Amino acid sequence: MTLLPALPRKYHAASIWLLYAAGLVPAAWGFWLGATGRLPGNPVKEFEHLLGLWALRFLVATLAITPIRDLFGLNWVRYRRALGLLAFWYVLMHFLTYMVLDQYLNFMAILVDIAKRPFITIGMAAFVLLIPLALTSNNWSIRRLGPRWTKLHRLVYIIAAAGALHFAMSVKVVGLEPWTYIALVAVLLAWRPVRPYFNKWKRGPGGRVQLKRA
Amino acid sequence: MPVYRPPRIPARDITPEHLFFNRRSFLATAAGGMLAAAGTPALAEALKAAESRYTVDEKLTPEKDVTSYNNFYEFGLGKGDPAANSEKFKPTPWTVKVDGLVGKPKEFGLEELLAMPLEDRVYRMRCVEAWSMVIPWVGFPLSALLDKVEPLGDAKYVAFETIVRPEEMPGQSGYFQSLPWPYLEGLRLDEARHPLTILSVGVYGKTLPNQNGAPIRLVVPWKYGFKGIKSIVRITLTDKQPPSTWNISAPQEYGFYANVNPEVDHPRWSQASENRIGEGGFFGANRRPTLPFNGYGEEVASLYAGMDLRANY
Repeated sequence: MTLLPALPRKYHAASIWLLYAAGLVPAAWGFWLGATGRLPGNPVKEFEHLLGLWALRFLVATLAITPIRDLFGLNWVRYRRALGLLAFWYVLMHFLTYMVLDQYLNFMAILVDIAKRPFITIGMAAFVLLIPLALTSNNWSIRRLGPRWTKLHRLVYIIAAAGALHFAMSVKVVGLEPWTYIALVAVLLAWRPVRPYFNKWKRGPGGRVQLKRA
Repeated sequence: MPVYRPPRIPARDITPEHLFFNRRSFLATAAGGMLAAAGTPALAEALKAAESRYTVDEKLTPEKDVTSYNNFYEFGLGKGDPAANSEKFKPTPWTVKVDGLVGKPKEFGLEELLAMPLEDRVYRMRCVEAWSMVIPWVGFPLSALLDKVEPLGDAKYVAFETIVRPEEMPGQSGYFQSLPWPYLEGLRLDEARHPLTILSVGVYGKTLPNQNGAPIRLVVPWKYGFKGIKSIVRITLTDKQPPSTWNISAPQEYGFYANVNPEVDHPRWSQASENRIGEGGFFGANRRPTLPFNGYGEEVASLYAGMDLRANY
């Protein structure tokens, strides 16, 4: 596969920083629109939903890195940490918006919501599970934790499933959009048990996998 | 922007009876508005409405929000979808069939409905999704229409039905059908006859835009917004509690009565407070306590005397 020209190595670091910057644009744009009264109707809900949706998009993108490498030979692993951290920041902002702008820091109401409403319980659980992943996303933790790091970061499978479920359970009618995310997450998770067999088949008897640099 | 096509009204209907008989006050009003309103089409005159004592004294939700933030799943699930996807919908010509347990079943043309004694009613509107508006409706009491068909003694409920037009309503076609069509709603006869219950034909002094349920819709201000069925084509008097669409779709979340009640939560969110739409950006958005019966308890609580409002949500 040579669909994309390989990015020269000297631009790798810059491209990652660009991803961080571009990734935060939807939040900044939405906040500016909302703060200046330009979001229609119910601005707090609009902003809250925008943040939640982007969190889910970044989770899907994070999970897509491995299948893209397996299937198309494009190695974008260098972007995975940025995508995962963007997902974490969006979930955090989503929760803060709910807590501050929506519920006006009414902690009693927030605790009741978390305890009583399954879709909020599930969303909250996903957020809590994301915290250790964000905290151990640095190189030092990766070296320090070794194989345990890989194990710990498999939590992202549960988090992504919980995120898609949280979205689907929050709407009055499960329409095309939540179903799309459920399907995307389902396909990306289903790839994990399949991939050892696929990669073995791709390598051929005694062969070696050919990785392309993108 | 959806373009509203005004109905073609025969000359004899341009001056409704109630205006004709009140022509002194009508002329006085008209003279006052003459300079500003020169060239106003006949339809705007037809929506001239009398003042009503059923009006709340609260800041109106801006017209822009009332006509762009809507739930009308026939046009899509998003709040902006009804305004964006309803330009093909044709609210004229239109008829509403009133039948069932009545002495004189009748099909009403839109002209007849617009000629009913219209009133301006500023009502609070509380959506089941915990947001609210204050809306200036133009309409007439549903009881006035019911009187014309003479309900029989065994009529206990009133059933309502929305039009089905997949070719004009994108939410009614395609693979994802959000709800079973037609949209159905119902009221107990005493609720339907209550003076607060109106059929609305206009908002902000003009005929209803498509996204607000043109050309005629129900408004029951003490109930959650989804009871306010839109684009009505049929009203049937029955002796059994009629089915209602959201109740069929999720019976544990939406009851038949759907009276605004801060003490009975929706399973997925609290109903204790609400966000008033159109009050500025993030920091103006105003969460306020929700009132029992949406603040209309004095008028309607007696309808439910002795009823368990937790069981009958």
